[in-house]
Amino acid sequence: MAEQTVQFKVFRYKQGERPSYQTYTVRVDPRTTVLRALEQIRQEQDGTLAFRHSCFHASCGTCGMKVNGREVLACVTNVLELSTSEVIVEPLDNAPLITDLVVDMGDFYARYQPAGMPMIRESEFLPDSQVPEGVEHHMRLENCIECGLCLSACPVAGSDPLYLGPAALAAAWRMVEEPRGRDPATVLAWVDHEHGCWRCHAAFECSEVCPSNVDPAGAIMALRRELTRRKIGQLFGKR
Amino acid sequence: MVQERQTYGLIRRKGAWSWLDVRGRRLGAWAFALNRLTGLGLVLYLVIHLLVLSLLAQGESRWNDFIALAKSPAFLFLDVVLFFGLLFHGLNGIRVALVGMGLGVERHKTLFWVLMAIGAVLLLLSAWKVFSSPAT
Repeated sequence: MAEQTVQFKVFRYKQGERPSYQTYTVRVDPRTTVLRALEQIRQEQDGTLAFRHSCFHASCGTCGMKVNGREVLACVTNVLELSTSEVIVEPLDNAPLITDLVVDMGDFYARYQPAGMPMIRESEFLPDSQVPEGVEHHMRLENCIECGLCLSACPVAGSDPLYLGPAALAAAWRMVEEPRGRDPATVLAWVDHEHGCWRCHAAFECSEVCPSNVDPAGAIMALRRELTRRKIGQLFGKR
Repeated sequence: MVQERQTYGLIRRKGAWSWLDVRGRRLGAWAFALNRLTGLGLVLYLVIHLLVLSLLAQGESRWNDFIALAKSPAFLFLDVVLFFGLLFHGLNGIRVALVGMGLGVERHKTLFWVLMAIGAVLLLLSAWKVFSSPAT
């Protein structure tokens, strides 16, 4: 694919003003990502365009946005592979908008706290792997990069502002799955209400857009299974 | 319970429209949207059904007029639409209930298509029955 001209229709919003869309024409090559194109716009055409990014390789989760209506990480979304002459770029849904493509992730992060922020886990080794001495047990980072794509894509979060959301519930399941000395009952009680894991209606869109294979929908269903198991157990006198 | 902090004025939240906005979405979101639509349709049908039954209180003539209308091909087609709503909502509901209890989560798409295949066969049989039954 040679270099091509692509129209970028970008959502614009400044505090106190009405939201609008602004169109920019950008020359892209086969390696241009949406994030690179936005940088090009900011550097060459419009210095007022605001967006958030950091690592450029899908690790930090800061460049989450909607491209052509679908939640993606802009840093790993190739423009020409979208195969559209116009690329529509919008901020994530279901989060307070600060400006242009930047949303306030404060609530999103805060909802992880009751789950204990299970950011790290014990690493698993393959049965036949030769593990160097001294690293029989080490920790590795969890997969979730806290990008917020799942919350934006969730149809239920679109209508229930109090819904804990897929990422927080996935974090809750990680804690229940691997409590590390904590009591899972606390976290299970936190998710066991109408705005918790029971609010999900199994659209699975969170797992579809997750760039890190966290599978939040699967985690939510696992929470329900565990709660159901415990409630049935209580019916028969188990504590 | 988490209270939403609204530091800024604007939140791009679609409300109930987010249930039905399937642009760029995958199978699960389509199933969810159609489940909502068929659910609302079935509630609407129930209301209409009760209103129609109230015609009985208005005399034999009114009821017979309605029965004549109900035998028209257009009305019979609506019966098939009703069967579609019942079958989709019921069968997808089985999938949601199973998955919601943690059963078959990883195979939820296969489960969907298997149930929809069963639904398609039942719908065809229902349509055949609706249109082939003698008008009495």
